[in-house]
Amino acid sequence: MVMTVDLPALERSEATAAPASRVRLTRYARPALGLVLPLALAVGWEAIVHLGWSNGRLVPPPSKVIATIIDLARTGELSRHILATLSRVAAGFAFGVIAGTLLGAISGYWALARQLLDPTIQALRAIPSIAWVPLFILWLGIFETSKVALIAVGVFFPVYLGVMGAILAVDRKIVEVGRIFRLSGPAMIRRILLPAVLPAYVVALRVGLGLGWMFVVAAEFMGASEGLGYLLIDGQQLGKPAQIVAAIVIFAILGKTTDWLIEVTSAPLLRWQDAFAPQGGGS
Amino acid sequence: MLVLGGVSKTYPNGVHALERFSAEIRLGEIVAIIGGSGCGKSTLLRAIAGLDPATSGAVTLDDIAITAPHEKIGIIFQEPRLLPWLSVADNIGFGLSDLPAAERRARVVRALDRVGLADKARAWPRELSGGQAQRVAIARALVPQPEVLLLDEPFSALDAFTRTDLQDHLLDLWADARPTLVMVTHDVEEAVMLADRVLVMRPRPGRLFADVAVNLARPRDRKSQLFDQVKRRVLTALDRSLDRNLMEAQSNSSAGEAMWW
Repeated sequence: MVMTVDLPALERSEATAAPASRVRLTRYARPALGLVLPLALAVGWEAIVHLGWSNGRLVPPPSKVIATIIDLARTGELSRHILATLSRVAAGFAFGVIAGTLLGAISGYWALARQLLDPTIQALRAIPSIAWVPLFILWLGIFETSKVALIAVGVFFPVYLGVMGAILAVDRKIVEVGRIFRLSGPAMIRRILLPAVLPAYVVALRVGLGLGWMFVVAAEFMGASEGLGYLLIDGQQLGKPAQIVAAIVIFAILGKTTDWLIEVTSAPLLRWQDAFAPQGGGS
Repeated sequence: MLVLGGVSKTYPNGVHALERFSAEIRLGEIVAIIGGSGCGKSTLLRAIAGLDPATSGAVTLDDIAITAPHEKIGIIFQEPRLLPWLSVADNIGFGLSDLPAAERRARVVRALDRVGLADKARAWPRELSGGQAQRVAIARALVPQPEVLLLDEPFSALDAFTRTDLQDHLLDLWADARPTLVMVTHDVEEAVMLADRVLVMRPRPGRLFADVAVNLARPRDRKSQLFDQVKRRVLTALDRSLDRNLMEAQSNSSAGEAMWW
């Protein structure tokens, strides 16, 4: 009797312990796996330079890049450049998202507006956005306005397309449910269209943000006295490859962090999605 | 009373889907509409729902003309059509947004209990089986207490076992408030199992072909001899409705209200 009670209990405790440890392992092991390759390359290059097999002048070893970043941070230069770039991206992203969302929603919701607007917007989209740079400088000057405008243009198109496409793709059958319950126009938008569009909208925002980071570099190439793009140009002109790599690394960190912020803020709103991955969420 | 007065529907592309369909359906009656594919069953149901109003003729419910979705008319589609971003409970309460929150919650809880999904209140629709999802759809349509409930082949996507289970369940729920049920189906057994009256339609253009009364006491036994007799009667009518010779012969005579039975 005692045996029959004890035995299953023992088995159960083992059974629950094993998957728990496996979960913990995969939770930390999987992101760590992604670090193996870059870390190996960094350590390898560091060793090669350290051993004197290469002077590392054009391709600085990680230690030199880190030292450059620390140097820049100590003088307060780094935060000034990061702040300048971040505020440009933020302003451009905000304008681009507002315009893209408004026009995308109008084009998606209203067929006449789509026929009127969409061909023009598509034609403008076909222009490589960097081609606007000279015109923007003539129109808006060489200071902040033209830079923000260029970033906003880059952000605008993916957001516009994403919003319009998402609205056009809303399932007619779901809209019919709204009609059956006699939802008014605003209620239909709030209770049916907005939640239906949200997943695609988040993707559009993330694509837009990625383009925003791309365009801020282009914008800062066209004459800036501060910003991470300025650090790149400055590093090239003064022959400081470590400074260039440092700026690139900071771009990567900032880009990934802001993208992760969008992902994390939207995640609670998208829990209902029938995702392919068993557990979504950031890394 | 739900009155269909010479309802016709021609789609903008010229397809003549429905030709002068007339019927009177009493409050609390269960009517099944059956017919071959393309006979305008769903067109008729969507006209009654006010989703696609008739081209000519009129649908009236208690002398109110129905030209747009009406609060007294609910509909259950072939697919559950749950809103994937709302929990099961919020889906059921979707049509109750005019009610105070407490009242809404009470009704949703009662409905969840009634369809046997009390433990799924907080689940997402994607976590439900097909049968469960359709039960949520039934609860969502019933919870605003419609006078008329329309069903467009509601069980046709389900497996046979779930289907008979849900048919019994629907009858059980119907008995609570006894709304008028108008259901489109292509399953003769389902029609005879549930309906007081089976309207057989004839295709191209869709029109009423026969009106078969089902005088069987509930609960009905699918295996009884009487059940089988009625089923055979409906099947015969269905066969004749698809008879091409007859169709051509009758298309010259008075259309629309050909009563075969």
